[in-house]
Amino acid sequence: MSTHSLVRDDVQQAPEPSAPAKVTGVAGIALIVDLIAIALMLYSVKLLRDYNHGNTASTIVGVILLLASLGPLWPTFQGFLGAGKRAKLLGDKQLVAARRAAARGREDTAIGIGYGAAVLIVAGVLLLLLTNSGAVADTFLRIDAWRQSFNEEIHAFWINVWVAVVSFILVLIFGLILAIMRMLPGRAGAPLRLIATVYCDVFRAIPAIVTVLLVAFGVPLAFTFTQTWNVAWLGVLALTLTYSAYVAEVYRAGLASIHPSQTAASRSLGLSYAQTLRAVLVPQAVRRMVPPLMNDFISLQKDTALLSVAAIPEVLQVAQYWESKLFNLAPVTLAALFFIIITIPQARFVDYLINRDAAKRAGG
Amino acid sequence: MAFLEINDVRKSYGHTEVLKGVSISVERHEVICLIGASGSGKSTLLRCVNQLEEVNGGEILIEGDTVTGAGVDINRLRRDVGIVFQSYNLFPHMSVLKNIMLAPTMVAGVKDKEAREKAMTLLESVGMAEKADAYPDNLSGGQQQRVAIVRALAMEPRIMLLDEITAALDPELVGDVLEIVRELAHDGLTMLLATHEMGFAKEVATQVCFLEQGSILEKGPPEQIFENPQEERTQQFLSRVVKSGRL
Repeated sequence: MSTHSLVRDDVQQAPEPSAPAKVTGVAGIALIVDLIAIALMLYSVKLLRDYNHGNTASTIVGVILLLASLGPLWPTFQGFLGAGKRAKLLGDKQLVAARRAAARGREDTAIGIGYGAAVLIVAGVLLLLLTNSGAVADTFLRIDAWRQSFNEEIHAFWINVWVAVVSFILVLIFGLILAIMRMLPGRAGAPLRLIATVYCDVFRAIPAIVTVLLVAFGVPLAFTFTQTWNVAWLGVLALTLTYSAYVAEVYRAGLASIHPSQTAASRSLGLSYAQTLRAVLVPQAVRRMVPPLMNDFISLQKDTALLSVAAIPEVLQVAQYWESKLFNLAPVTLAALFFIIITIPQARFVDYLINRDAAKRAGG
Repeated sequence: MAFLEINDVRKSYGHTEVLKGVSISVERHEVICLIGASGSGKSTLLRCVNQLEEVNGGEILIEGDTVTGAGVDINRLRRDVGIVFQSYNLFPHMSVLKNIMLAPTMVAGVKDKEAREKAMTLLESVGMAEKADAYPDNLSGGQQQRVAIVRALAMEPRIMLLDEITAALDPELVGDVLEIVRELAHDGLTMLLATHEMGFAKEVATQVCFLEQGSILEKGPPEQIFENPQEERTQQFLSRVVKSGRL
């Protein structure tokens, strides 16, 4: 087939030059969003002052919030200016300049909408907290309840931290054993592979809270020598059983993610499989395993709260005691705050590691 | 008895027969070039020689000792058979020097200091000495491939298998790598190489084998294969190679 029939001036006419995009309409939308947000903020700030009986602190916070909510008006105004500029340039037949002015105007408008929407959300949340004459704040955020329960809760929280750290150390070891069993080669390895696979499937299928209940209440009955144990160890046992199944998968996936050509190169040089694992595969896989292992560790820390169902005096157990004593949920919110404070930095760190590796791969 | 004997080797993946009874015998100091289209079985044949792939039939002997089948110490075998891959396959977590020293120290029990000296000498011979402490990701393809060749040579193999080692390189980097192979051929290293570089094959080969769909269709000295091919398929293959400007 000849290609000449495809290259003809009559079928390949140049398109019309593209017109500048419209600006005024979206700028109008931005203005409406901004105005609604300001109105809502005004109302929320009024509620805030009323709730705090008009004290100075709430007045200052209210003024700051209101001033901040005016911010989005500026880019919106810039958007309108851009719309005017676009119209003028278009009148002067300056098409390219008009397109650029329109693009800049729309960008400003979009910023006006984005920030306006953010103000709307903040005002809405404030409204939600203060509505019903402050019922939400009274239920979840009572400072006097926090003061009363703080000391006991922070002591109890040490049990959560201790259980998490001890469990994870055991998980790293037991998970490795499971992973090795799952990777045993050949017919000889088949039965052990099967056992490890079934174990991982079963313990990933059982909700962690069920394992905790079964272990904490069942083990002392079935194995009476454990009755003398500190009950927290039963929590460690339950979480170790559960999380080892997940971590075994992380190990396995990490090793499997190393390209087979690395094994081929290593074995071709005469290294045995064990030597290849030690010198070539594990050092490369460890880097890739760290982020998912950290994620499992974070989950494990949060799941230590499950031990409250087994009457282990960890933070949620203590928080629930204070909740029933004060008829208020604020102590439980406090427990939530403890978890937030320790897990968020770790989650950020994992994101940092993942981004770093992604940047490295993109750069390589 | 030839140095390397490949006798009627067969290899299948599932129902696909990749090698349909290939026989080659290689004397010491010979350089055998395997040519043929992609998928004709060149790489598979090389990978069978060092037992990266198990053969399904036939046998391979090195100096009269069979290296295929059960009970062969493949780690021992592989110390004598070096291989260089198309995609270099350097270890990215080790410096160039460590890449080269790994097998001699870990497998052959060479002292660290000795291995280092030897590695440096070899790196110098391929013009890579100043990159000894660099990591593979920071090297060009040509530099990585030169390191990969040195890594294989550090084990002092008695035969080298080169699996399309220039196929992934920028055209201007091919020359440096081929120059090294040329020198090795000149030094008398026994080599079995799969290649698409026909000009190079013509120059260094003592024998050229044309593979087609898992069989050797034609073999002989390079002059015969390239100047006067007997089989129609060989002629067709070579004329297409000429058309694409590769010969």
